[in-house]
Amino acid sequence: MSDNTQPIRDIVASVLQAAADKQTLTIRGGGTQQFHTGLVHESTALRLDRYTGIISYEPSELVITVRAGTPLRSVESMLASRGQQFAFEPPRFGPNATIGGMVATGLSGPRRSFSLALRDAVLGIKIINGKGEVLSFGGEVIKNVAGYDVSRLFCGSYGTLGVILEVSLRVMPRPPVELTVVRETRTADACQAIQSVRQQVPNLSGLAYDSGRLYCRLAGSEASVAKSVALLGGEVSEQAAGFWRQLKDQELPFFREPGPLWRVSVPPAAPQGNFGARFVYDWGGGLRWIKTDATAEQVRAGTGQLGGSAVLFRSEESRLLDVSASLSAPAIALHRRLKSAFDPMGVFNPGLLFPAGQHHAD
Amino acid sequence: MQKITRAELAAELAGGLPAGAVLAQPEQIAPFECDGLAVYRQTPLLVVLPESVDDVRHVLQVCSRHAVPVVTRGAGTGLSGGALPDKDGVLLVMTKFNRILDIDEDNRLARVQPGVRNLAISDAVRPYGLYYAPDPSSQIACSIGGNVAENAGGVHCLKYGLTVHNVREVTVVTIDGEVLTIGSAAYDSPGYDLLALMNGSEGMLGVIVEVLVSLQPIPETTRTLLAAFNNVEAASDAVAAIISEGVTPAGLEMMDNPAIRAAEDFVHAGYPVDAAALLICEMDGLSDDVEAEIRLTEGLLKRAGATDIRTARDDAERALFWAGRKSAFPAVGRMSPDYYCMDGTIPRKHLAAVLKTMETLSEESGLRIANVFHAGDGNLHPLILFDANVPGELEKAEQLGSKILQTCVELGGTVTGEHGVGMEKLTPMCVQFNAGELTQFHDLKAAFDEHGLLNPGKAVPSLHRCAEFGAMHVHDGQLPHPDLPRF
Ligand SMILES: Cc1cc2nc3c(=O)[nH]c(=O)nc-3n(C[C@H](O)[C@H](O)[C@H](O)COP(=O)(O)OP(=O)(O)OC[C@H]3O[C@@H](n4cnc5c(N)ncnc54)[C@H](O)[C@@H]3O)c2cc1C
Repeated sequence: MSDNTQPIRDIVASVLQAAADKQTLTIRGGGTQQFHTGLVHESTALRLDRYTGIISYEPSELVITVRAGTPLRSVESMLASRGQQFAFEPPRFGPNATIGGMVATGLSGPRRSFSLALRDAVLGIKIINGKGEVLSFGGEVIKNVAGYDVSRLFCGSYGTLGVILEVSLRVMPRPPVELTVVRETRTADACQAIQSVRQQVPNLSGLAYDSGRLYCRLAGSEASVAKSVALLGGEVSEQAAGFWRQLKDQELPFFREPGPLWRVSVPPAAPQGNFGARFVYDWGGGLRWIKTDATAEQVRAGTGQLGGSAVLFRSEESRLLDVSASLSAPAIALHRRLKSAFDPMGVFNPGLLFPAGQHHAD
Repeated sequence: MQKITRAELAAELAGGLPAGAVLAQPEQIAPFECDGLAVYRQTPLLVVLPESVDDVRHVLQVCSRHAVPVVTRGAGTGLSGGALPDKDGVLLVMTKFNRILDIDEDNRLARVQPGVRNLAISDAVRPYGLYYAPDPSSQIACSIGGNVAENAGGVHCLKYGLTVHNVREVTVVTIDGEVLTIGSAAYDSPGYDLLALMNGSEGMLGVIVEVLVSLQPIPETTRTLLAAFNNVEAASDAVAAIISEGVTPAGLEMMDNPAIRAAEDFVHAGYPVDAAALLICEMDGLSDDVEAEIRLTEGLLKRAGATDIRTARDDAERALFWAGRKSAFPAVGRMSPDYYCMDGTIPRKHLAAVLKTMETLSEESGLRIANVFHAGDGNLHPLILFDANVPGELEKAEQLGSKILQTCVELGGTVTGEHGVGMEKLTPMCVQFNAGELTQFHDLKAAFDEHGLLNPGKAVPSLHRCAEFGAMHVHDGQLPHPDLPRF
């Protein structure tokens, strides 16, 4: 694979050229999330999808190091062939999703609330900053407190701080047994039902609600899973693997219905909230996908009261993810200073996450 | 700007603080001159003990105004000199922030002040069937604020993660006196992952005044195995075999012969004193899962060549297995007037090789090394035994330590797994990071603290220092910072 790898110096050259010309660059992996990272125009695109390949993978070390442009699907099938997986179950919003995009957007799937988040699994990173410098932080070991945790800072930074070149991730063994029990549950009872399963069942690996059904995924040894199945009642679903995939990849019918999609992150035991909304719940109630006629202000204020936050994830009006409404003024100022610390000329993904500030171009 | 005098500073600080919050007398200040790494000592200008967030804001605003350095201190158990005072600065001691503010049973969260001791959290939430998982050996003494600042680990972080994996939100006062809430009670929050930056920030980015930790249900069953080996290679192979078989022990610890003997002398845990290496392997969770893992692990240990495998029959025996491990540091302390604790991490596969290298380095230097460490995550804690009263031995110990850390970096590891860089590991940081990376760290710090008033001179070495070091240690024929001027 390393033969057809694009050399790092080409990518560095593009960054230096853009900085010199006072141009901006839009970093593009597989281009599967343009619905909220903005449409990429060829003229300003910095493409990473030719920087591919698994650099090292030793199953006994539980670590894999991958180039950013590598398709997520090929990495996941490599892990599966050795009985391992990413514990955070990353979503794929298209077949071309890349490892770099996965880390840059920082999203985790259904297992997140029972295991690790993506950012928890990131051990090290190699980046290019806005000055065109290739820098490495962290490494391949689980415990590492040398220097600030730049690797995790890049998780969910949407490419605004720099180009992710390579990343080392912790992988986990697949559980010996994993199966899903489905229970019919009325919409009005969804929160309550989730809450009681969370309290009752110790070996969950997924707990979600969609269209009148509660999905409880159990993981562990044959014996412990059987016990929890008996405890839960309900029926063991044969098609559940498809459900969990459709949930994380946003392919359930709910996601295809018209209307803006909100991503609401709250403490899992929070009540339903009052948005007159249609919803899908993931993460045992901690992640709520919502479609509602309420205004943005109402949604944000409502989730704030529940102790969490809401981000407009997909909408026809806005294609540029903007989280600044959820941040205090000093927090936005700090975000801008951090961006400047990595990208002083403001080369990368301007306007994504928060409106571009003034840059000290020197 | 005219430099403020000590008396003027004391008066201005006292003006906005409760009576008795400012300590200025030498005998009041003396107890704070070092943290857990007692070889470094320094008297601060003043010590301040704030009681409220407003007190902290006041101190930071005054210090900011007069460009006075501020070093924050939790319980002072740090092992890298992170809380070492600055001679021209204020030492901000957080011990009065000692209240548990809220326990949220449904969401398994506890809101605490930073001065609360690590173990006090688990004690407080036990009635709810919960506990706080990260368990540094110092947990009866160290503070949660210090844990966040160091991203502390412990015996059980192989399965349950480090502090960074178990903290949901922190409230921070910036050097300008601004209050920032970072994270929330939800699993994630919009924007940059500032929470990850605060974990392991070593008091460099802000003062932590509140912490929301996530809690775990107390496991249904806990079982502990003890396995003895004739050589360290076999023990290291056993570690690799267990992990690669898909078992995630709650803890997987290793001791070498000097550590085994010291511990056995001290607590009489029944350890086999002739063994070259001892593994302590703990499984927890649901009884059925744990039984399956124990059976699997016993088989793996046998195949790896364990000469003696014992499974604790009850909690009393389990406690005894751990007693030796947990008291290994004081036990080694009895063997030698002084010891120096290292903290490198390596990829597990190199365990045996690094232990061999250490044996050679130990013979070369004439200083003994005892090893007791977190084998499951490759985090080594070589204890270098020396006598500070013998001229030159401290320097010898430090040199030996540097060589060990250099080996860790060469093998793809790190100079510090959980104790932090502080004052102690500034030079080894020059081996691990190049000038560009160190500059990026300094720029990141400046985004929080433009004038470098928080814990100055710690955690990230200056390029100047690395250049001087590079001139002394030419590595692989390559200067670490060829582009920098030499002095
Ligand atoms: C016997 C012994 C065993 C140990 N075992 C372990 C172990 O198993 N695992 C492990 O990880 N560590 C261990 N340690 C090291 C130490 O206990 C930890 O680093 C601990 O987290 C330090 O907490 P503290 O409250 O004592 O912090 P301090 O030593 O007071 O401070 C440590 C650092 O944190 C900063 N700081 C403290 N409080 C705040 C705050 N509120 N806001 C901002 N910055 C702050 C300080 O400036 C300093 O840089 C051990 C130490 C001893 C003495």
